[in-house]
Amino acid sequence: MQKVYESATAALDGLLRDDMLIAAGGFGLCGIPELLIDAIVDSGVKNLTVASNNAGVDGFGLGKLLDTKQIKKMMSSYVGENAEFMRQYLSGELELEFNPQGTLAERMRAGGAGIAGFYTKTGYGTQIGEGKEVKVFNGEHYILEEGIFADLAIVKAWKADDTGNLVFRKTARNFNPPAAMCGKVCVVEVEEIVERGALDPDQIHLPGIYVHRIIQGDHEKRIEKVTTRSREDA
Amino acid sequence: MPWDRNQMAARAADELEDGWYVNLGIGIPTLVANYVGDKDITLQSENGMLGMGPFPYEGEEDPDLINAGKQTITELNRTSYFDSAMSFGMIRGGKIAAAILGAMEVAENGDLANWMIPGKLVKGMGGAMDLVAGVEKVVVVMDHTNKAGESKLLKECTLPLTGTGVVDRIITDLGVFDVVEGGLKLVECAPDVTEDEIRSKTEATLV
Repeated sequence: MQKVYESATAALDGLLRDDMLIAAGGFGLCGIPELLIDAIVDSGVKNLTVASNNAGVDGFGLGKLLDTKQIKKMMSSYVGENAEFMRQYLSGELELEFNPQGTLAERMRAGGAGIAGFYTKTGYGTQIGEGKEVKVFNGEHYILEEGIFADLAIVKAWKADDTGNLVFRKTARNFNPPAAMCGKVCVVEVEEIVERGALDPDQIHLPGIYVHRIIQGDHEKRIEKVTTRSREDA
Repeated sequence: MPWDRNQMAARAADELEDGWYVNLGIGIPTLVANYVGDKDITLQSENGMLGMGPFPYEGEEDPDLINAGKQTITELNRTSYFDSAMSFGMIRGGKIAAAILGAMEVAENGDLANWMIPGKLVKGMGGAMDLVAGVEKVVVVMDHTNKAGESKLLKECTLPLTGTGVVDRIITDLGVFDVVEGGLKLVECAPDVTEDEIRSKTEATLV
């Protein structure tokens, strides 16, 4: 089966429709599928629900899909750093479902692992727990959270082979594996597609069974907050 | 003299024991890393890293290597990386010995509010709810009073909660407090800060 496509637009062909649920990898601007996001902007698809830890920044990452008002609802844990997001949210144009960060990651992982729901202590006794089933295990309160089953996952990895085996780099891994797992279809953008056999099978972070389409491209990889120390401190 | 930010961070570092895996929040808690001394402490960054190193030298920033505050950092020779589901698995699963976090309000029963102010800009809880639910020891580091001079140690939180009954110890610029049966116990006063001064600036029950 041919998984490698020429471009982000080609890789998304036939997969996009209005009102769909998309799971996106990335943390802040680190490890985000920036090329696929651009192609979704160009497609004009709308009323999207996007499960992603963050919502990008103004004019970059998912922020681009907010600028064009293609997103109806975000499922996220933290949405600071984005003025257009705040404007749309406060004016009621955009729905927001806050998820604790670990709950969001586990909801994606669970969806990908065929688990419809799980009980967690996270959020019990807070707004997040309101309206959710509570169950006591060993004297402690847990709330029921549901797995996320996304129509499409968009993911960024470092390297892939043509069968879709993936290797991520440093903290750019973050939400990418669980997002990939929970998509009915998963499209991945990488910095380099390597020959079969070039990746050590013992060092594969996500096996190709989760990956349906792959593109290689150039990434801007913008840094959100540059922090450094001076050499004199050493 | 009340403690300044760095002195509060240094006092918080005293809470950490050799061999612990620790998660530090944003703000004053981040400064705690500067005061661990010779203790063997492994810092977790919840975006998927154990063994967080210092900021990089100028010109050596790596966009693929950031902390949970989105700042560029470095790795150590002990560093490991993992995905967000595993990261919060270790948090929820009680593998992290301590979390040091900032707060807007703490109640005398250990309730914590640090993620939203209704009607103001809402940014989200990030990983704070998972951390307080799963980590063994939760230490809050914060100013004793808000900008209006009102106590941030309360009988009951007024803001939406991050967790219920989750805080173990509070370090403010005025002193150190433990959450115990019936209220907060004053453990230590900052230098030249009196118990009377603390009582006059604290709404929570001091036992």
